[in-house]
Amino acid sequence: MTDVATVHSLWTMAAGAEDKIPAPHIEYGQLSPTLIVLAAAVLGVLVEAFLPRRSRYYAQLMLTVVGLAAAFAAVIGLAAGGYGTEKAHIAAMGAIAVDGPALFLQGTILLVSLVAVFTFAERRLDPAAHGNRVDSFAAQAASVPGSESERAAVKAGFTTTEVFPIVLFAVAGMLVFPAANDLLTLFIALEVFSLPLYVLCALARRQRLLSQEAAVKYFLLGAFSSAFLLFGIALLYGYAGTVTYAGIADVVDGTVKTVDPALAGTMGNDALLLIGGAMVLMGLLFKVGAVPFHMWTPDVYQGAPTPVTGFMAAATKVAGFGALLRLLYVVLPGLRWDWRPVMWGVAIVTMLIGAIVAVTQTDVKRLLAYSSIAHAGFILAGVIAVTPDGVSSVLFYLAAYSFVTLGAFAVVTLVRDAGGEATALAKWAGLGRRSPLVAAVFAVFLLAFAGIPLTSGFAGKFAVFKAAAEGGAGALVVVGVLSSAIAAFFYIRVIVLMFFSEPTPEGPTVAVPSALTSTAIAAGVVVTIALGVAPQYFLDLAGQAGTFIR
Amino acid sequence: MENLIGLLVAAPLLGAAVLLCGGKRLDRVGHWLGTLLAAASFVIGAVLFADMLGRSGEHRALHTHLFSWVPVGGFRADVAFQLDQLSMTFVLLITGVGTLIHLYSVGYMEHDERRRRFFGYLNLFLAAMVLLVIADNYLLLYVGWEGVGLASYLLIGFWQHKPSAATAAKKAFIVNRVGDMGLSIAIMLMFTTFGTFAFGPVLSSAGDAGEGKLTAIGLMLLLAACGKSAQVPLQSWLGDAMEGPTPVSALIHAATMVTAGVYLITRSGAIFNAAPDAQTAVVTVGAVTLLFGAIVGCAKDDIKKALAGSTMSQIGYMILAAGLGPIGYVFAIMHLVTHGFFKAGLFLGAGSVMHGMNDEVDMRKYGGLRKYMPVTFVTFGLGYLAIIGFPGLSGFFSKDKIIEAAFAKGGTEGWILGGAALLGAAITAYYMTRVMLMTFFGEKRWVPDADGNEPHPHESPKTMTIPMIILALGSLGAGAVFSINDTFLKWLEPVTGHAEGHSPVSALTVTIATMAVLVIGVAIAWSQYGRRPVPAVAPRGSLLTRAARRDLLQDDFNHVVLVRGGEQLTRGLVQIDHTLVDGAVNGTATAVGGLSGRLRRFQNGYARSYAVSMFGGAAVLIAATLLMRAV
Repeated sequence: MTDVATVHSLWTMAAGAEDKIPAPHIEYGQLSPTLIVLAAAVLGVLVEAFLPRRSRYYAQLMLTVVGLAAAFAAVIGLAAGGYGTEKAHIAAMGAIAVDGPALFLQGTILLVSLVAVFTFAERRLDPAAHGNRVDSFAAQAASVPGSESERAAVKAGFTTTEVFPIVLFAVAGMLVFPAANDLLTLFIALEVFSLPLYVLCALARRQRLLSQEAAVKYFLLGAFSSAFLLFGIALLYGYAGTVTYAGIADVVDGTVKTVDPALAGTMGNDALLLIGGAMVLMGLLFKVGAVPFHMWTPDVYQGAPTPVTGFMAAATKVAGFGALLRLLYVVLPGLRWDWRPVMWGVAIVTMLIGAIVAVTQTDVKRLLAYSSIAHAGFILAGVIAVTPDGVSSVLFYLAAYSFVTLGAFAVVTLVRDAGGEATALAKWAGLGRRSPLVAAVFAVFLLAFAGIPLTSGFAGKFAVFKAAAEGGAGALVVVGVLSSAIAAFFYIRVIVLMFFSEPTPEGPTVAVPSALTSTAIAAGVVVTIALGVAPQYFLDLAGQAGTFIR
Repeated sequence: MENLIGLLVAAPLLGAAVLLCGGKRLDRVGHWLGTLLAAASFVIGAVLFADMLGRSGEHRALHTHLFSWVPVGGFRADVAFQLDQLSMTFVLLITGVGTLIHLYSVGYMEHDERRRRFFGYLNLFLAAMVLLVIADNYLLLYVGWEGVGLASYLLIGFWQHKPSAATAAKKAFIVNRVGDMGLSIAIMLMFTTFGTFAFGPVLSSAGDAGEGKLTAIGLMLLLAACGKSAQVPLQSWLGDAMEGPTPVSALIHAATMVTAGVYLITRSGAIFNAAPDAQTAVVTVGAVTLLFGAIVGCAKDDIKKALAGSTMSQIGYMILAAGLGPIGYVFAIMHLVTHGFFKAGLFLGAGSVMHGMNDEVDMRKYGGLRKYMPVTFVTFGLGYLAIIGFPGLSGFFSKDKIIEAAFAKGGTEGWILGGAALLGAAITAYYMTRVMLMTFFGEKRWVPDADGNEPHPHESPKTMTIPMIILALGSLGAGAVFSINDTFLKWLEPVTGHAEGHSPVSALTVTIATMAVLVIGVAIAWSQYGRRPVPAVAPRGSLLTRAARRDLLQDDFNHVVLVRGGEQLTRGLVQIDHTLVDGAVNGTATAVGGLSGRLRRFQNGYARSYAVSMFGGAAVLIAATLLMRAV
């Protein structure tokens, strides 16, 4: 309350005395997670510039891990300091919310990123090129695929260590995204994490053309959706005369009577509100991969380097759904009778199309992409509940799902043949006989995706469906369960393929990873089982973090 | 004192765990360890008994709460014990007879290389059985109920190398499952009716529930009792269960486990008292079974199977008495205890005979054994006198009371039940005399066995004869001790309640009638088996005899009605599964696959068509939002 008053007094001061420009009031402590990550990213750029090539890898890895861990520690510190509950408030002059959902999501994103960075740094899997140990990323991103300069770079053993600062920039954007409390911050955060992702997608060491094609598609479609988002923001400003969430919500609720003279013609016009709201929603639905804005997902997931796919599939989804939750719960609760039916439709087609199209996929990365679409639909069911349980169930689901996804893609990086990763499903036949452990771990992830009890997938799915049913969306739950049944088919089919089919003679081999990927996979398994066997503690944690500040 | 109650279960359970997990190094001492822990449980029981006697009738029950087992919302299951007079009676019977039979088994199983495991199973049985009778709620009782079922299965099939034993074990287990289903349904009904299944609240508020529900619960409990206590129509397993080692038959399939059904009905007395239809079903089952078992017992030449029929029949008496309500509960339990003594003694005697006769069970190959096994003869003879109700011995008191109570039911029902009980007494006298005569009297008829070994009948070792002697003393005196001054009645009345019925015939008349039928039964048996030599090969016999030899066609009935019927039903269901269910499933799968193939084509790889789809999606989204506002 006092903070709001401070903000108000600052604004009135600004309005009263034009010659004085007040310094914005920034709560550095409360923004520390984002600031730490950004600082690490900037340092990473300096490392790239000043350190000799051979020491960059270790310096970058160390810097990234320390930066992410420190940021996570800062999140924990803030949560322990009560910023998730009674001290929750809006920092940075109304731009960024520091509250339970924001801290929970930021913590999840940081942990996921930390684990993902381990898979980025893996250098054991690719057979050494010319005696150099290389990771999944292009030797020199700027060299034309198949060119002489590429060959030279490979021979020289170059690696693109820039991925570490790039990923840190993306993480910083993702941290802001679910905490953004006005539409402009939302947009900037979106771009800050999207642009690095586009670049990362283009950096695959093998099948570079496919990777670059994926990046271009992602960029074009991402730009297209950003345009929608931005236009939606403009319309909402026209409607409310402000871009802050609370301000728009006040106008929606009708508690604001004073009309900005410059906007007299448009303010309070519901058409602007509805169209603008729908467009902003669309921008966010694109990021989470909901139908009909999902079509980039399979192509990009397939083309991007697999560690990037894992990171993107896990962290982007957390950030995107975080922002979506805040938008729907803070800005548009007064409009729920308008957006809920529409979101119902989106959730239903997302669940069904994701599950149905996955049935005929023949590539494991595309399969996981469609699976992620179906899961986006399940999460949307929880979002639509519009209850505190809905929020906490979505938070739980995101945490559970992101670790399963990371782990699954990490396993995909291990199964290789002469051409790099062997992602064609046919090649996975009989994997369980050759490498029982790897196949068993992948089976655990698949069972979690399918929502089998004693895995986190079941607890998450149960939580969102329960919240949806209690929120009055019974029909949605029925569709969700039917889609889960369809989805179970293709998950189990992979298990059957791995364990009950004869291995193909020239099948892939399973590379032995270093401790980095092993840690990532182990983290995935541990979280999957822990959240599956004893979900209550984490559900309670998500429940405590389930209130948005306005 | 409450803290000791848990030890009643813990001691034998520890024994089971140690013996079953301990491995071969315990082979030399395992049997004594098992016996010791059984005895420990008995001593604890005795201490608790002495303590209980120190308090007045109303305050004798002890309660103890160990831990909350399943607390889920309104559903609450506790591991808690209740030790009242009824439970105490059972505890002493189970651990007392159990200890004696452990001791007997030390000798009986001496040459069996799996003796340690046998004692592990026996201890497991004791633990489960004690748990069954000291549980303070139906769910925990169910745990004990299943536990004794498991132990029974393991012990019937103990000589699993014999296909007949393995089959008998399976048969017992499967038939018992039918009864267990009844108990689980009864517990579920209790939970929906009373919101709990603890004895206290269920039984005290039984009167408030609707009679329909109580009848349903009562019938389900009766089904459970029929399974465990081998009552018609779930009686078929008991005869085959004699494939188990004889101490098992004595302990589990005569003295203790098979009486669990009587315990269940007596314990649930409040429910049955308020559900007369269920009571009628109970007495009907009891009366039918007491005749059924007795008739089967008359035709069997296998000494253990003859005794098994007798067990079935005697439990029929108990069920009948329990079904009579407050006029019968006390006598049901009293007969249960005396039966525990004499039937266990009879089985141990039979085991002793088999021990001396190269494991021969056919009574037509016995004869004249009284000279060779004097201790067995005397102890078996006391058990025989007790079971036929010879005046002064324990069976006389308890059975006489049940017959009286049956007449006291009043009306036509009373006459029918009383008549059945009297007829049963006559048949009992007949078949038990037949067993006695064929085994111990007449000329010796034994022949060399398949390997050509001539049997050399001899008295059994001390470890076997001492338990037989102790049980014989029980058969001799228990009834009198219980009946003088109505000791047993006063002891149990605070728990089960008691009412005097209005018998149309005087007690003296009943006793005289009982004596008369006893004499008739013995006389007929004497004229058939005593006066003339017993043929070594069974004669063809009348239609009834032949049917009785086949257990009154119980297995044929089950085979035709249940097995064949079940097979038909299964075939029908498989047919439906193949056509309807699989058709629907495969059809759906094909449809989903086809749809998937079609939808896939939209994913054509062109960014431009993806953008179009996004644009179209956005248009639909906006239009739908506006439309929602419009309608």
